[in-house]
Amino acid sequence: MAEQILLRAEGVRKSFGALEVLKGIDLEVRQGQVVSLIGASGSGKTTFLRCVNMLEEHDAGDILLDGEPIGYRMDGSRRRRLSEAKVSAQRARIGMVFQSFNLFPHLTAEENVMLGLTKVLGKSKAEAREIAGHWLGKVGLEARRGHYPYQLSGGQQQRVAIARAVAMDPRLLLFDEVTSALDPELVAEVLGVMKALAESGMTMLVVSHEMLFVRDVSHHVVFMDEGKVAQSGAPSEVFDRPDSERLQKFLGRFHGIFSGGG
Amino acid sequence: MIDYHFDWTVITRNADKFVAALGLGLGLAVVSLAIGCVIGLAAAYARVSGNKWLSTPVWAYVEVIRCTPLLLLIFFVYFGLPEFGIYVLDKTQSFILTLSLYAGAYMSEVFRAGLASIPKQYVEAAKAIGLRPWQRQRWVVLPVMFRITLPSVGNNLISLFKDTSLAAAIAIPELTFTARQINANTFRVMEVWLAASGMYLATAYLMAMGLRLLERRYASIR
Amino acid sequence: MGFTIPGTFTFELWQARFSLLRGISATLLASGLTIVAATVMGVLLGTILAYGWWPLRLLARLYVDILRGIPVLVLILFTYYGLALFGINVPAFWAGVIALSAFATAHVAENLRGAVQSVPAGQMEAAKAIGLRFPQRLRYVVLPQAIRRMLPPWVNTGLEIVKGTTLLSVIGVVELLLSTQQIVARNYMIIDFYLVAGLLYLIINFSIAQLGAALERRFSYLRY
Repeated sequence: MAEQILLRAEGVRKSFGALEVLKGIDLEVRQGQVVSLIGASGSGKTTFLRCVNMLEEHDAGDILLDGEPIGYRMDGSRRRRLSEAKVSAQRARIGMVFQSFNLFPHLTAEENVMLGLTKVLGKSKAEAREIAGHWLGKVGLEARRGHYPYQLSGGQQQRVAIARAVAMDPRLLLFDEVTSALDPELVAEVLGVMKALAESGMTMLVVSHEMLFVRDVSHHVVFMDEGKVAQSGAPSEVFDRPDSERLQKFLGRFHGIFSGGG
Repeated sequence: MIDYHFDWTVITRNADKFVAALGLGLGLAVVSLAIGCVIGLAAAYARVSGNKWLSTPVWAYVEVIRCTPLLLLIFFVYFGLPEFGIYVLDKTQSFILTLSLYAGAYMSEVFRAGLASIPKQYVEAAKAIGLRPWQRQRWVVLPVMFRITLPSVGNNLISLFKDTSLAAAIAIPELTFTARQINANTFRVMEVWLAASGMYLATAYLMAMGLRLLERRYASIR
Repeated sequence: MGFTIPGTFTFELWQARFSLLRGISATLLASGLTIVAATVMGVLLGTILAYGWWPLRLLARLYVDILRGIPVLVLILFTYYGLALFGINVPAFWAGVIALSAFATAHVAENLRGAVQSVPAGQMEAAKAIGLRFPQRLRYVVLPQAIRRMLPPWVNTGLEIVKGTTLLSVIGVVELLLSTQQIVARNYMIIDFYLVAGLLYLIINFSIAQLGAALERRFSYLRY
């Protein structure tokens, strides 16, 4: 693959107290790729994703976006934490969608999307409204632009959250188990939006338990186990030729899905 | 800024007065809370009785008290009762009457919320074992409500204790009045106010700690 | 008819109209100043309580707990006589407003802290994720959501402040209560004029409570 590397993680470590959750993660995401993180809960997928967006601060190792360290700068051989303003500017280049949607309940769907556009990117209200309309249209919710989150279903809320993230025109989009809190019948509409985004060339790092979706959409799949990358490669490689018993066991839990003829 | 030389002997010399004054304030607060609880309980039952002729006057009582400054009430009762031909109360009794009426309004709101929060099943279970209405209240509703409202009752006691400082306005020798008197005699303003503030603070703090212990003791249910 | 006969209530009320007006003005002015000051400072202090660097947070906590443990009257007396002692000659009115504000600030701060911490953590994270800086996250995401929970106790603090202004009478500020006492000292109509004063406080506080209820309705769309 010739595309340039957008995100590179090297030896990323993170502990919560005595518990080491990430034990040295190495990972690359190339421009336009969809990379999925799979693994049992507690394997560190979500923690890694949160480190990429500095919702957690990693203890050691590097996370580089376009070659630039995230959250700190090097001062000789010492790392110095970036100022709040610089961190915010970096975050603005990385979009994130959460498991629990986290739409702002006091703002309408449209205002949710507009907030970052006006306050972070400094766009005019009119321009922001136009962009918000465009993206709400893309996720199929143009007609709901004036609705408050509580007036929307879970699936609709999550689609607004995706529009909010993608409207910022980020270099990279992070998805943290975005369908886990949804009723089963609402999962498909959200995955559909994500697939369309992937096909449009958006670079995405996805934590998901939707194995069919992962297999279908990903360019690269990373299996994480106990804070390490246990296996990674093309979906066909990881899903069809698991090289460890643990991955086999993990995938076995989803066996019904794959053998279901789908 | 002038130099101020602290002379704490003014506190030690008057320690007995301070302690007596603090005790008086505490006593006023406790007695008023006790009477206030009785008033509040009656008022709360009147509010939830569903009888308009009972609940409306009680509502008015609560709103009027809540919107009227305590100091005004104190003066009104102290100077006003004799106008109605009632001379029997001395200033301490008059203050207790005022603070009790004041506490009663606040306690009625506390108890009303407490009554409303008692799960219906308890009352139904009490009915099922054949308890008569007043027995249901005495043995089931009130004990549960007591535990639910304990934190609010305790916080009200702390508030009332701080409110006893207003008794100084009608020359009842509680802590604030005593502090002012010692000030007038000695001019050791800083020491005296620091000591009085410290005593209020320490007492309120101890009350809060005691309350937390009580809450833990009764936390088993819920 | 009563207006011309000394000793009747209407006559005395007419005689006392300017005293009462002056009293009400002082009460309203002291209340208004205190509410504004306590709200501004309380929001700042509450933000420190919720998010501050820990030594600052500790200081703020200390301030809040101390101020809430001392009777307002003592604070007022302390401020008035204490400041004078250090050669700072503040008029009684301002000493009272300072003491009341210091007290109410503690209440607003604690209230804000509770309200802000009741906003789900995911809100702050989502706000971070779109790149908002800390003040922006507060201004556009957290505070608008906290306001609904803040409102009822904030209105209560407002009522406490109005009632607390009566304590300024103790240091000689002629607000509504002291002006009433002065009127009563002239005409001995104790019951009548205390009732008038009580009614005026009732009107002021009832209006504040109504305003609070209206604001609450205004923010009721904040469901979650």
